[in-house]
Amino acid sequence: MKKRWISLYVENQVGVLSKISGLFSGKSYNLDSLTVGTTEDPTVSRMTIATVSDDETFEQIKKQLNRMVEVIKVIDFTDIFVRMKEILYVKVRSCSLADKTELFQIAETFKARVIDYGRDSLLLEFVQTAAKNDAVVQLMKESFRDIEVVRGGSVGIESISIMEK
Amino acid sequence: MKQISGNKLLVNALKEEGVEVLFGYPGACTIDISDELYRQNEISVVLPRHEQALVHEADAYARTTGKTGVCLVTSGPGATNLVTGLATANYDSVPLVCFTGQVPRHLIGNDAFQEVDIVGITRSITKYGVTVRNRADLGRIIKEAFYIARTGRPGPVLVDLPKDVMAEAGPAEYPKTVNIRGYKPSSGIHIGQLKRALKLLQKAKKPLFLAGGGVNIARANQVFTQVVERTGVPVVTTIMGRGAISTRHPLFVGNLGMHGSYAANMAVSNCDLLFSIGTRFNDRITGRFREFAPHAQIIHIDIDTASISKNIHVDIPIVADAMEALTRMNEYLQENHSHHSSRWPSEIQAWKKEHPLTMRPNSRLSPMDIIQEINQQFEKSILVTDVGQHQMLVTQYAEITEGKQLITSGGLGTMGYGLPGAIGAQIGNPDTPVISVSGDGGMQMNIQELATAVLEELPVIVCIFNNEYLGMVRQWQNLFYGKRYGMTNLKAGALSRRTDRTEYPEYTPDFVRLAESYGAKGIRVTKKEEITAAFQAAKENTKAPTVIEFLIDPDEMVYPMIKPGGTLEDMILC
Repeated sequence: MKKRWISLYVENQVGVLSKISGLFSGKSYNLDSLTVGTTEDPTVSRMTIATVSDDETFEQIKKQLNRMVEVIKVIDFTDIFVRMKEILYVKVRSCSLADKTELFQIAETFKARVIDYGRDSLLLEFVQTAAKNDAVVQLMKESFRDIEVVRGGSVGIESISIMEK
Repeated sequence: MKQISGNKLLVNALKEEGVEVLFGYPGACTIDISDELYRQNEISVVLPRHEQALVHEADAYARTTGKTGVCLVTSGPGATNLVTGLATANYDSVPLVCFTGQVPRHLIGNDAFQEVDIVGITRSITKYGVTVRNRADLGRIIKEAFYIARTGRPGPVLVDLPKDVMAEAGPAEYPKTVNIRGYKPSSGIHIGQLKRALKLLQKAKKPLFLAGGGVNIARANQVFTQVVERTGVPVVTTIMGRGAISTRHPLFVGNLGMHGSYAANMAVSNCDLLFSIGTRFNDRITGRFREFAPHAQIIHIDIDTASISKNIHVDIPIVADAMEALTRMNEYLQENHSHHSSRWPSEIQAWKKEHPLTMRPNSRLSPMDIIQEINQQFEKSILVTDVGQHQMLVTQYAEITEGKQLITSGGLGTMGYGLPGAIGAQIGNPDTPVISVSGDGGMQMNIQELATAVLEELPVIVCIFNNEYLGMVRQWQNLFYGKRYGMTNLKAGALSRRTDRTEYPEYTPDFVRLAESYGAKGIRVTKKEEITAAFQAAKENTKAPTVIEFLIDPDEMVYPMIKPGGTLEDMILC
């Protein structure tokens, strides 16, 4: 079992998202994350999907996606170089001055931005890999009592030159 | 540019697609379409008595003619009644285009009268489904629906038609071509893979062909038979594949699977190469996945990539239409002739002799005798089954020789398929005798269709194997549940509850009188000697259906049987 990524080109039509997510629930495939947005062509949407599965199930998932009429193209990100990032917002409330100092240090270390500031609260924005965001959320949970987290799910695109995987 | 209503365009489109028969049930949201159909004579309209039966009728029409079945039902309950039939057709790869009425666009989402999200409800049981939201798209969507339904692995397509879209005037043109960027059904075949497969076949010591429903759907029976004869390799079939090669052919072994023959299951378990074509390796044929064909390398040809290596690991996968693949194989084998010769076929023969398919003799009426009588009395014919014990018995004993066809709800196992199935088959094949076999349970799931059969003057021969029980479940209860026949006794009710299961009323209904009340001929058969005469009387009744009720001993069982979760070699024998 391991985490894998797929990028999907689909028709930008009513019901397509439901059909794709319905495939995962109906066939008991794990759906770890799914993001969707339109592309440069307004009739086409692109999805980035993360799933935790074994090799055989993953092959089935790709085949099942491929046979859907509304799916234009399936790209398996397993063996290609991609750029992939996720947006993460963390709001920390009930901050002491010391907490705020620490949060600014965290922001600097993780290349996050402090995008909003209240009397006793801070809002941080992280744009990094989902794995790094996992680590940040873990750290925040351990360090602060009153936090609020929202994550966007990863979006990915194939690299131009070979860089990170 | 000429403008016409959506309703008119739909009817024109059906004509363009060569639709001869439409199975329709009216309602508020489709009344305008009914009106358009009333004003023309090219497409004949059949009015069944229930939408579930309607879609089974279209399904059987499609299975037996190779054409696309067309349904028209109204919104809401009309549409939801399609669900079981769509799932049935989806599992068995039957091309259907189903039009559902829908409330006008401004009412969608309003919980309007007879509004349901039928595209959403059927998303996982159709090949494709779409609501037409703009009149301008209507022609293209209908064209695509027919194209998607019949190409690649065939399947049901649902087109949802809001009433106001259909009333709107718009372009009169019906497109000539289709281009769907996400849907390019595979054509051609990887010749290298096929040659590798054929080399394995030639090297194997114990090769076996496994033919599934795909061979029948592709109508590749003749070329498959040629391939089998050129190679001399024995054949097993799934129940959907029965008839891929004549069941009387010396190289035909039998069906495999849960109620497969001993020899077929042993052949699969002992072969060293399983050359499979057009099957999904459903759990009912494999038994325990990991112990299926344990000594064999497996070659799998299928049109649907998702069917390959889904349940069973495959050594050589080949994505292709069965007709295309078998034609290429036949060509290759013509040039590279190598007839298989070893002791293998005689080993299989020995298994056949050791445990032939048979039933225990019964002093009353044996299902085997009835099916053998059907085999003898009908040459060119279509056999339709319902679901349950009788279905398995028909798939075991029915001879499907050239000119015969067996249709059955194999994947979904839909009770109630038999009678509407016979009706659809007869409408599509007016000159071919159609015989259906149902249990008394399945028969009552769509018995209202006797009216359709009578009104359409269809001489279908409807056999009911009446054992007063839901026999297949009872068989499991008999074998694995200490003979506690919970929920399977069709005579149970208030009287049996009141008397602590000591008293039961007369069986309900009286099928013979019921048939007569519809205007069909009714015959009851209680003894072996009466079977022949019953079928002869049915044959003479050429303008109306004949219902033959056979009284069957509830203790009749279907053997062999693989224990649920067991392996193919682990059979309960007769």
